[in-house]
Amino acid sequence: MNDLIASNKRRTFFLLTGFIVITCLVGMAVGVLIGNGATGTIVALVFSAVFAFGSYWKSDSVALTVSRAVPADPVEFRRLHNLVEGLCIASGLPKPRVFVIRDDAPNAFATGRNPKHAAIAVTTGLLEKMNRVELEGVVAHELSHIKNYDILVSTLAVTLVGTIALVTDITIRMMWWNGGRVSRGNDRRDSTNPLAFVGIALLILAPILAKIMQAAVSRRRETLADVSACKMTRYPPGLISALEKLQADSTVTHSASMATAHMWIEQPMSGVNDAGRLGMWHKLFNTHPPLAERIALLREI
Amino acid sequence: MNILVVVVVIAAVLLALVLLYNSLIGRRNEVDNAWSQIDVQLKRRLDLIPNLVETVKGYAAHEKATLDAVIQARNSAIGATSSPNAQAAADSAVTGALRQLFALSEAYPDLKANQSFVSLQEELSNTESRIAYARQFYGDAVLSYNTAIQKFPASLVASSFKFTQREYFEAEAAARTTPEVKF
Repeated sequence: MNDLIASNKRRTFFLLTGFIVITCLVGMAVGVLIGNGATGTIVALVFSAVFAFGSYWKSDSVALTVSRAVPADPVEFRRLHNLVEGLCIASGLPKPRVFVIRDDAPNAFATGRNPKHAAIAVTTGLLEKMNRVELEGVVAHELSHIKNYDILVSTLAVTLVGTIALVTDITIRMMWWNGGRVSRGNDRRDSTNPLAFVGIALLILAPILAKIMQAAVSRRRETLADVSACKMTRYPPGLISALEKLQADSTVTHSASMATAHMWIEQPMSGVNDAGRLGMWHKLFNTHPPLAERIALLREI
Repeated sequence: MNILVVVVVIAAVLLALVLLYNSLIGRRNEVDNAWSQIDVQLKRRLDLIPNLVETVKGYAAHEKATLDAVIQARNSAIGATSSPNAQAAADSAVTGALRQLFALSEAYPDLKANQSFVSLQEELSNTESRIAYARQFYGDAVLSYNTAIQKFPASLVASSFKFTQREYFEAEAAARTTPEVKF
């Protein structure tokens, strides 16, 4: 298990590095096309970072309000509280705030900028449909997100996506205004630069590429959370059984939206066609690996 | 120029030593903390026992042997905190005595229906899960610490500053076999 965790963390690192490399390439492309590449990219990065980290700071309250979560009463939801407390002892985490969401679809999420300011929420549907070991597996998965600072990782990814989106958008608009002329520093001739075509192609593709990479990071972290959860409970069959139940259950979570999709344990959106398989296009943008894949990985531990 | 290089190298080595030493200290303290966590949970369980015994006495006062065994085990467990294994041995004696107590309560339906008995039973089982979790955390902390002091080059720092290995919990030979419940 430990090497799975280590390899996951390495992959996240490489993905994020790749992200930064793409951002730099975009910056260079901007430089070729309209000049001031470096300044433009830095401004966009700062802007994006302020937005993303601002929302990261408040991520817990925003996520909870949007999902209409209410604090879980310690008497009514005693089993849930006991499970959370026990797993926190096992993992050395401080106990997060526990919330419930009145929704029939089984699902759960975790949020908060670091373990001290964290919160987890589960739906009443999940509490009804899962038995003790399965619930334990799901809670362990959510606590693993908190322990692995996944909110921070996804904020980093979102910042980079935002930067790329801003830079490419502004550049394309500026080019439009310029009438398609390419600036080349001292060169005042209206010559076309072959690099410009590469630059334009990159500008158009970059936002899509960025989104795909963000989804890849998210999937990596989901797998990491699955494996960490098994390490926490020392009982993979619990989480496997929970995931199998989620696979069989087709109720759509109503309290979720596209914006919060990445935080839930299971993809709350549809996108599953009649045959029950996700279309290839959707696969690239999935925030979670397919349930079948997750179950197969856990069985091998 | 040469002196500058030498100074930089020495500074780098010193910095590495300091960082290694500090990380070993951090891990050792985690082990100690994990150990006291187990203690907290064990104490909580031992504190529940007097109440339990009183409740049972109300219905089954003549079962002196079992009740006395529980009290006996509890008292010796309170004193046994010398090492992980001594503690574990005392604790499994308590578990054994409690098991007998709960088995005998099957014969007394009034006792089983008693509200405080039921909630004490739940609390005890809850505490037992927590003890297991705390032991798991202790094991993880010991693993991390022992590995850190064995790896090179931290092993050099560890031996010069007398960082010694910590021992794991070992389940007693008795605990590994299926327990018998005698009615």
